[in-house]
Amino acid sequence: MSKILAFIEINKDTLKRVSFEVLTAARTLAEKSNGSFAAVVINGNSSVAGLTSEYGLSKLFNIESSQLTQYSSSGAAVAVSDLAKSEGFDTVLFGANATGMELAPKVAVRLDAGYVADCVGLDYSGDIIASKPVYAGKAIVKTKVNRSNKVFSLRPNVFTATIGNSTTTEFVNKSTSIDDSNLKVKVTNIIKNEGKIDVAEADRIVTGGRGFKGPENFFLVENLAKALGGAVGASRAVVDAGWRPHGEQVGQTGKTVSPNLYVACAVSGAVQHLAGMSSSKIIVAINKDKDAPIFKVCDYGIVGDVFEVLPKLSTLIENMPK
Amino acid sequence: MNILVCISRVPDTATKINISSNGKAIDNAGVKYILNPYDEFTIEEGLRLKEKNGGTVAALTIGGDSNVDILRTALAMEVDTAIHVKSTRDDFDSMFVAQNIAEVAKSLNPDIILFGKQSIDFDSYQVASLTSELLDLPSISVVSKLDINATSVTAERDIEGGKEVLATSLPCVISVQKGINEPRYPKLPQIMKAKSKPIDTRNAVDNGNYTEVLSMEIPSKARAGKVLGSTDSDLQELVRLLHEDAKVI
Ligand SMILES: Cc1cc2nc3c(=O)[nH]c(=O)nc-3n(C[C@H](O)[C@H](O)[C@H](O)COP(=O)(O)OP(=O)(O)OC[C@H]3O[C@@H](n4cnc5c(N)ncnc54)[C@H](O)[C@@H]3O)c2cc1C
Ligand SMILES: Nc1ncnc2c1ncn2[C@@H]1O[C@H](COP(=O)(O)O)[C@@H](O)[C@H]1O
Repeated sequence: MSKILAFIEINKDTLKRVSFEVLTAARTLAEKSNGSFAAVVINGNSSVAGLTSEYGLSKLFNIESSQLTQYSSSGAAVAVSDLAKSEGFDTVLFGANATGMELAPKVAVRLDAGYVADCVGLDYSGDIIASKPVYAGKAIVKTKVNRSNKVFSLRPNVFTATIGNSTTTEFVNKSTSIDDSNLKVKVTNIIKNEGKIDVAEADRIVTGGRGFKGPENFFLVENLAKALGGAVGASRAVVDAGWRPHGEQVGQTGKTVSPNLYVACAVSGAVQHLAGMSSSKIIVAINKDKDAPIFKVCDYGIVGDVFEVLPKLSTLIENMPK
Repeated sequence: MNILVCISRVPDTATKINISSNGKAIDNAGVKYILNPYDEFTIEEGLRLKEKNGGTVAALTIGGDSNVDILRTALAMEVDTAIHVKSTRDDFDSMFVAQNIAEVAKSLNPDIILFGKQSIDFDSYQVASLTSELLDLPSISVVSKLDINATSVTAERDIEGGKEVLATSLPCVISVQKGINEPRYPKLPQIMKAKSKPIDTRNAVDNGNYTEVLSMEIPSKARAGKVLGSTDSDLQELVRLLHEDAKVI
């Protein structure tokens, strides 16, 4: 019987996508373990409750704190862990995004909990069993926590968000005051890459590799990404050559992505690249070398020259009936 | 400035992984171990902070006897001292590592503790945050730019779709990301000298594990793997498959 708390985050007028996934995972885990679940948001408002009711959420705690209008990971850690303690939650779930990955371990220490990061599965059989990829995705471990309190972060886009039995979400305001000593670190500014979809958040990604020969040919990748409404990704070879920014790099030393559709174009499929994208739902490989390793991990492959294939493919997709 | 850099030892990324007979770990036979690639940036950042602000750099690793080789690498890059916290078992978890780093930190009182963004074995992304919280210090993860002025710290860290700029003060914990610096290569004379430098060896504190691996498996490749040519009809077929079968477009 777990008492689960889902940490959710606001994005403009809605929640971050991963937050709906975390809510769904919390609900599923509560069902499997005959337990219950609630959620917590920082400086939210009652309109958030309107978004969560169809996910079957009956209670949303709102940590209301002017001290967190400028986000502070250490301040948030105190507020979330104090709430978990006072309300008796034994399991806390986060999205494994930049915020969650930094915050979850802090909350774990404050709850003297065991923590498993970047999970791709949560099961229950007498205890919560978390699966996570290790060694660049070359292996998967099943892990359990040997403490009464447990914290998990969930890899974005792996747990599918599904609505549940709709209920009214009770919005519970918790006005919170945090000791100044816990506010030593603060976000002072956020620089957004405007107008571009980030690979880490994109639903569809088209990645270009060294086979494009130079930055001037990346318009082919951009056009296909645009036709699909997705983001551009890059292999390390391309980033190291200075053709594309590091923010676009997918792989072990870049971003970990799991979009619904990943199209790898002129990418050989090195293990370090696979580490960043192997949990994608559907993988398409386009490569002129029929023996390229990427074909071993794809759902669909095209053996061909990207310079010929990409323009045609972009047109076919643009012309699809909407 | 009193600088502590924490480093881990991991299988080379190109290594083929086999599961050991107990089904809970990898088979070590034939596996080549290296300094965690992110910790090249960790050590380099420590050295650069020392070059700018003076002080000393201590490198620290938690693990078995074989971990000494990465301390030699750190010494060859010219950190001042090397500390090995020796563990008698190798199935320890991140909390074990963080608790032992915190112990050492209490004895050294560093102004800054540097980590890599992730250790590429278990990709736990957590030792920096765990340690900072155990020590009640502020921390910033995944830092790609770091500026320190007296005791005030400004850092940029990568977030989805952009960067966050953060402010904190020393003492603090930082985990570094690729791009923060270009790590130096140790030179031969330094590599030779590093071989005979002393290593401060301590015994690990063992409070048991917080998490337990139940099993480790090689994932099954359950992908369709339907490979087509590149004729117009192949491309039409691909679009149809994506639309009708996979339902992703
Ligand atoms: C510690 C470490 C970390 C790493 N981290 C990463 C990482 O995060 N991300 C990453 O991507 N890599 C990473 N790498 C590098 C990785 O090992 C590969 O070197 C890299 O992924 C190769 O990039 P690529 O596939 O673009 O280039 P290549 O391996 O050179 O492949 C190019 C491919 O393009 C094909 N091609 C060429 N011309 C055409 C054409 N006209 N049409 C169709 N196909 C064509 C070729 O057949 C080939 O398969 C890392 C390596 C190490 C050691
Ligand atoms: N055994 C270890 N000894 C010392 N430092 C470690 C150890 N394991 C991890 N670290 C540090 O923690 C960082 C992040 O690792 P992780 O949280 O395990 O992904 C690494 O880059 C190191 O700086």
